[in-house]
Amino acid sequence: MKKITKKTYLDWYENMLFWRKFEDKLAQVYINQKVRGFLHLYNGQEAVLAGALHAMDLTKDKMITAYRNHVQPIGMGVDPKKVMAELYGKATGTSQGLGGSMHIFSKEHRFYGGHGIVGGQIPLGAGLAFGDKYQGNNAVTLCYMGDGAVRQGSLHETFNMAMLWKLPVVFCCENNGYAMGTSVERAANHTDIWKLGLGYEMPCKPVDGMKPEVVAKEMDEAMERARRGEGPTFLEIRTYRYRGHSMSDAQHYRTKEEVAKKQEEDPIDYVLHQIYDKKWATEAEIKEVNKRVKDLVSECEKFAEESPYPDKSVMYDVVYDQDNYPFLPHKL
Amino acid sequence: MKTIQFREAICEAMSEEMRRDESIYLMGEEVAEYNGAYKASKGMLDEFGAKRVIDTPIAELGFAGIAIGSAMNGNRPIVEYMTFNFSLVGIDQIINNAAKIRQMSGGQFNCPIVFRGPTASAGQLAATHSQAFENWFANTPGLKVVVPSNPADAKGLLKSAIRDNDPVIFMESEQMYGDKGEVPEGEYLIPLGVAEIKRKGTDVTIVSFGKIIKDAYKAAEELAKEGIECEIIDLRTVRPMDHDAILTSVKKTNRLVILEEAWPFGNVATEITYQVQSQAFDYLDAPIVKINTADTPAPYSPELLKEWLPNSDDVVKAVKKVMYRD
Repeated sequence: MKKITKKTYLDWYENMLFWRKFEDKLAQVYINQKVRGFLHLYNGQEAVLAGALHAMDLTKDKMITAYRNHVQPIGMGVDPKKVMAELYGKATGTSQGLGGSMHIFSKEHRFYGGHGIVGGQIPLGAGLAFGDKYQGNNAVTLCYMGDGAVRQGSLHETFNMAMLWKLPVVFCCENNGYAMGTSVERAANHTDIWKLGLGYEMPCKPVDGMKPEVVAKEMDEAMERARRGEGPTFLEIRTYRYRGHSMSDAQHYRTKEEVAKKQEEDPIDYVLHQIYDKKWATEAEIKEVNKRVKDLVSECEKFAEESPYPDKSVMYDVVYDQDNYPFLPHKL
Repeated sequence: MKTIQFREAICEAMSEEMRRDESIYLMGEEVAEYNGAYKASKGMLDEFGAKRVIDTPIAELGFAGIAIGSAMNGNRPIVEYMTFNFSLVGIDQIINNAAKIRQMSGGQFNCPIVFRGPTASAGQLAATHSQAFENWFANTPGLKVVVPSNPADAKGLLKSAIRDNDPVIFMESEQMYGDKGEVPEGEYLIPLGVAEIKRKGTDVTIVSFGKIIKDAYKAAEELAKEGIECEIIDLRTVRPMDHDAILTSVKKTNRLVILEEAWPFGNVATEITYQVQSQAFDYLDAPIVKINTADTPAPYSPELLKEWLPNSDDVVKAVKKVMYRD
């Protein structure tokens, strides 16, 4: 794994803060109805992504996740302006406005979505790894899922085959405590999600998801195991989401005190404390970073605002690869 | 009469039936402690307790199958899908088990079960969350498919669906749960398989069902200003279909427009078109027109979604076309 240095922490701080502010901006413009549909925000879970990205080889490794998926592609290298534009439904968006909040994709940056059906991406993640193994690419796929998704049959079928065929994939459950309004305790007879790997003899363990260096270390071990051809790993990364499941969630299933207590372990604050403790940056320098983040978020908003809506023909152009596909007529 | 929301009509139907019959239970994601993702089961956990109002993990295949198994063993489950888009994860259990157990066992087992939840689009939810599968389920012998369009119908039909001894797919809409409407006081049932004329007219028959029928009402108002009187038939039940109601109306108006929020290829409107041309060919004064969504997955972008969905202007145009007034 790349060494974790002063620069790593400074980058982590800036990236994680940007992801947080990017999501906050989306919540704000959602209320103004600039962004519609469902909106699932990543606030509180930033260390999971930051740590994972440090362990990945961003020249060839792949990532796939569920519908809480705005900031992962940004971490993989996608221009955040394009992600914001997608949420606005604009032609300049990552999917030309066809996908929206739950369906961000970037072939260029090997981000394979953005999936709206719980657990649907788990076999796909293994399939990406199958392709890499088949083609001898020496790349690893990081397949995220939530704590709700692990109760789907798709996980169990996929775990079996991924082990049987020793696929180069890391299954990563971001356990943020709640599948919509259902806590982990209310969804299963046990709460140690990582143990689901045991039945398949898949290496598995729980990981503290509030500290990026901890995630990076465990992720690196798992990814290197996959790269050596020894097959998949299942990590249960314990984290927390500050906001509701989506924007319409009144969150009656938890107390404000619980959320406040969890925010005491905030991953961005944690990184900032490391920086200050080690005197890697002055307050003035951090202020500079904060301003840079704010400006970039504004730039994304402006870009999305000013971009045009897609042309109606796009609706038909992207369905089939075949040119001139004979769609049934629609409007009279 | 009293005025209640669609979601309250659903809740009343389930609650009244559960008071009447101990074997009925409600199962699904977020139905109990969360009071339903769209609050259609509000208060039911308090009244009936956790034995009968059951939160499930996210496991659509597993809980569908468990409910079907219990229906083979004396229960009468109501299964809520947060949306029928998610029923695809469990559709094997519905098509291969619920719909066929009775036939495969030579009539030994009934499968009295209701699968209910919202169908079709509900704003900018994009491709995987905007699909209408009425025709998928209606294509399957063994299933019945009910799609109400207002609170009164929803309540009366759901009660009949729960009492039915066969599996019923009962499809609602996120965008209808807040709709208010008059509902009869006291108990009432609406039989499955019976359409209703929602608007009387003499010039053109419009057949529709579910929330999109509201665009037919709007169009009919517009057209009335031009002296065109539409007769609007709400199918209410897609399978079995009330062909008589459609044929009777078409024989009177001689013109038919079908409005359905679904993809055009082999949809419910296609079936109606076949039946009408085969049984009332000589009564038709114009080719039948069907209005559907575009032949593509639902787009997210607001401008594209507007284009993708059928609307009342489309109905106006279609009516004028079958009247040769376009």
